[in-house]
Amino acid sequence: MCLAIPSMVIEIDEVHRTGKIDYLGTKVKTNFALLDDVRIGDWVIVHAGFAISRLDEEDAQETLDLLREIAEKS
Amino acid sequence: MARTNEFRDKKVIGALLARIAENKRSLPSPCRIMEVCGTHTMTVHRYGLQSMLEKAGIEMVSGPGCPVCITPGEVHEAAIRLVTENENVILATFGDMTRVPTHLGSLQNAVPAKGSAVKIVYSPEESLDLARQKSNKEIVFFGVGFETTIPSIAVMAKAAAGEELSNYSILSALWLIPPPLRAILESGEVKLSGFLYPGHVSAIIGQEPYTFVAREFGFPGVIAGFEPGDILLGIISILDQIREGRPRVANEYTRVVRPEGNPVAQALMREVLEPKDACWRGLGVIPGSGLKFKAEYSAYDTEVKHDLRITARGIDLPGCRCGEVLRGILLPSRCPLFGKKCTPESPCGPCMVSFEGACLVHYKYRGPKS
Ligand code: SF4
Repeated sequence: MCLAIPSMVIEIDEVHRTGKIDYLGTKVKTNFALLDDVRIGDWVIVHAGFAISRLDEEDAQETLDLLREIAEKS
Repeated sequence: MARTNEFRDKKVIGALLARIAENKRSLPSPCRIMEVCGTHTMTVHRYGLQSMLEKAGIEMVSGPGCPVCITPGEVHEAAIRLVTENENVILATFGDMTRVPTHLGSLQNAVPAKGSAVKIVYSPEESLDLARQKSNKEIVFFGVGFETTIPSIAVMAKAAAGEELSNYSILSALWLIPPPLRAILESGEVKLSGFLYPGHVSAIIGQEPYTFVAREFGFPGVIAGFEPGDILLGIISILDQIREGRPRVANEYTRVVRPEGNPVAQALMREVLEPKDACWRGLGVIPGSGLKFKAEYSAYDTEVKHDLRITARGIDLPGCRCGEVLRGILLPSRCPLFGKKCTPESPCGPCMVSFEGACLVHYKYRGPKS
């Protein structure tokens, strides 16, 4: 039910707040009613056909840096 | 930006586990962490983290985080009755829901009345599309879920009301995650060292609803994502909180979870739904743990529209011990039916049906004798 992996927004119908995401190469119909100002190219988390959150790239980078730091110290 | 591989990198996982083992050594044993969310349970077992963590002195137990599982049998039975006793009803629901065994069999094996059918949908929206297309049928969406799913169901009710669809209603089983955590802590049945809070529920509700866990019970907790690296980072945070004697709601999933959650989704939930006391399988009635439609939306509430009187008791079928599994007091493999009478092909309870169910996850990744 939950696509835990972030997907990229590839189509938006502003009027109906729907569109499509690319989930591992597959186009999936998605509802954007739960997020304001979704743009093409945004990375989102989709659950049961609804985008529920936008991925924050800076925060993602910080977490990755932290992981890398732990790996390097070991 | 997906770059999920880096969260699964073997070197990173090894280093995180070494850090966990080191941090654990200075703490009094045992350390038992409840993963509240079924999707966490999946990651823990799929990547073999369970046994690696055991070696480091950390025991992971599953909690009530499977909505299909905690929905009492009586609600599933009400859905079965709807399609078997009424003509021209299409009951739309998520795939897992059709296979849950009850006293009346399952939705999958039910024999629908004339013109009625059970239809599997992937998104609540598909059920609304059905109502738009098939005006001669009564469409019931059997919607079950936690805060992750609830906002989408609120959107459906609002859309149906906006379009004045008269052939659509929602049989809802909507569950809130924080109240059962309180119930688990108050019962004291399972000795825990901390909670791994569900990432995507938290994307909706934010951090605040969990603060009582640290404030009132002095328990550590962390919001974690669903990659192995996320979960291990979360466990390091719990160990830090124990060591520092500073329990709090940490957030290791900042790339998806904002402290305040998703305000648009929260506003929609508040507009359409209101809290109710709800009965959970295994846990019984928990105050304020469910949501129901507000009076303005009662035309779209299947329970009102079809005058269903559901008295939920939340008791398992004879022999099944899902209730105990959901409370974290029984390992799936300790259920006498596990892997013998109860298998994914012929499940005896919902925990062997749902892909988030602890019994199915154990069976799938650890084998029938796990
Ligand atoms: S193994 Fe089957 S019967 Fe036992 S608790 Fe799990 S679902 Fe119920």
